[in-house]
Amino acid sequence: MESLILTIIATSIPLLMAAIGELVTEKSGVLNLGVEGMMLSGAVGALGAVLWLENPYFGIIAGAMSGLFMACIFSVFTINFMTNQVATGLGLTIFATGLTGLAGAPLVGKTIPSLPKIEIFLLSDIPFIGNILFKQDLVAYLSIGIIILITYFLKYSKPGIILRAVGDNHTSAHSVGYPVKKIRWYATCFGGMCAGVGGAYIPLVLTPHWSEGMTAGRGWIALALVVFASWIPWRIIVGALIFGGITIAQLVGQARGWAIPSQILSMMPYLATIIALTIISSRISKNNSVVPASLGKPFFDTQ
Amino acid sequence: MITFTPRDKVSNYWTLIGPILSIILTVIFGLLIFTFLGFDPAETLYQIFISPFSRIDRVSDIFVKACPLIIVGIGLMFCFKANVWNIGAEGQFIMGTLLAGAFALLFPNVETKLLIICMLFIGFIGGALWAFIPAILKTRLNVNEILVSLMLVYVAMLFIDFIVRGPLRDPMSFGFPLSKPYPEGALINKISFPGIGYLGQLHYGILFIIFLIPLTWIFINKTLGGFKINVLGSAPKAARFAGFSKDKITMTVLLLSGGLAGVAGVIEVSANIGQLQPEVSFGYGFTAIIVAFLGRLSPVGILFAGVIIATVKLGADNAQMTMGIPKVVTGLFEGILLFFLLTGETLQKYKIKWSWNK
Repeated sequence: MESLILTIIATSIPLLMAAIGELVTEKSGVLNLGVEGMMLSGAVGALGAVLWLENPYFGIIAGAMSGLFMACIFSVFTINFMTNQVATGLGLTIFATGLTGLAGAPLVGKTIPSLPKIEIFLLSDIPFIGNILFKQDLVAYLSIGIIILITYFLKYSKPGIILRAVGDNHTSAHSVGYPVKKIRWYATCFGGMCAGVGGAYIPLVLTPHWSEGMTAGRGWIALALVVFASWIPWRIIVGALIFGGITIAQLVGQARGWAIPSQILSMMPYLATIIALTIISSRISKNNSVVPASLGKPFFDTQ
Repeated sequence: MITFTPRDKVSNYWTLIGPILSIILTVIFGLLIFTFLGFDPAETLYQIFISPFSRIDRVSDIFVKACPLIIVGIGLMFCFKANVWNIGAEGQFIMGTLLAGAFALLFPNVETKLLIICMLFIGFIGGALWAFIPAILKTRLNVNEILVSLMLVYVAMLFIDFIVRGPLRDPMSFGFPLSKPYPEGALINKISFPGIGYLGQLHYGILFIIFLIPLTWIFINKTLGGFKINVLGSAPKAARFAGFSKDKITMTVLLLSGGLAGVAGVIEVSANIGQLQPEVSFGYGFTAIIVAFLGRLSPVGILFAGVIIATVKLGADNAQMTMGIPKVVTGLFEGILLFFLLTGETLQKYKIKWSWNK
């Protein structure tokens, strides 16, 4: 039971990281569909760095940097050159699939050490809860920390409120004098770093070796999670755990030889995403105010 | 500092020069990346862009490879024109193929080519049904069609895998996940040219494109339906004032693109594979997105774009065999190409001015 819960948590961390990053990006009005690509580059960056420097912690940094690099490409085109965000995001994922395939080819067959668990003094001695909550790795603590910080940042801090203003009405934000493009650059880069770390977590904890397209759609599920959470940070935790749970449930089902064919079980996370999106979207369409109003619209700077 | 000023009207110059310049820039960037990774740039250039033209049968293989890309690309054109983002063509391709394939396997001894004609219709229905899911969710409940159509790709891949390993597996396949071979009537034959014989794998499926392109051109440019799609995409407010039903158009373009993806699948499998297997598509549905954009969302443009992208795909196959470059690098080229193409679209609408003081 305990190990089952631990696996569910581990499975949901990449989704959690990528989704909270994308949430901030989207709050600034930028829809970055390249999450899958940024996660892939984070994964390959982390693998390369750990193989080279032989320390899993460098994997986290390398993952963040790889995601940041991809986010910069996205920002140049969508924010500066005002290209269509949907198409550019798709392009980013296609580009990253190619680039990581090329960069990952020499890494095939090599395994890396896993990210160590950190026990928190005394708290980790609490029976059951201690093992689950206070014997996690750095990224797990980090992701919860980021969620708390982002909740505070968006709700109470001035820069956070400006960021939301930019995402809700870029024309007004611009006329009040806020640097719309700069803020969107920062938000997109933050999203890229988070997605990179989320991607890095996959080789660092879940499967310690490279395979092409190893994120397997997690980036897209993370995008769906942001909608599922209706742009409220803490709800991402709930969503990520549900999806982690479904993923693990179907794996357990396959291992125990349930009568349902394995392929049908493997569909569950994707089908669950569609169902969750449907339920939430029909509710959102009645109350549109949760969606950042300028989401996906390019901003033309009249100077 | 770069500043943009809007143009009074869309620049014809950039509309034409954009795609050409994008291709040149993509080649330059691609070569830089290859050089950086330690591959010989001249050899890579030759393998990817020149080697597919080195023999006449290889040239005809370009058209074979381009065939599904063009058909799916034309379908996606309708969606993208209307600002509907179907990125699940890969799944619709698979489901169209699967439904038509299952139908063909019901008639193991049929030799008449009427069967393949039926399969094309059934393939269309199969693909359209798969696209109907995001379409109905989008129009009724405002669910994001991007995410739903993409999730359904994964579902379709798993589903065909289940079918060919389970219900439709050929008991004589020695444990391989393959269906029974299609009956003669379900196959698309290679074209035998008088005096020359076969040209590579060139098959009669190409005929479909010859019909499809003029038909789509007429539909887009000369009919009210095509006009509505254009207006919805370029001026949604005008479409609303004109009383065009957004939901109806969204539904139509999604069904059309799904159906065409299904047809592309039927042609591809009946001409080149001749039975169902777990992998029928090899990413055609995703590559077609690039084809649609490279073709500037016009039927004739997509024809050329399909040929160009197919060349690069075949070239990448060659590069993998001779130089050991992973085949996925085509994604690298496609991604960079898309970035430049989209930038070209901005330059159509805006004048660019460079200045060094902020």
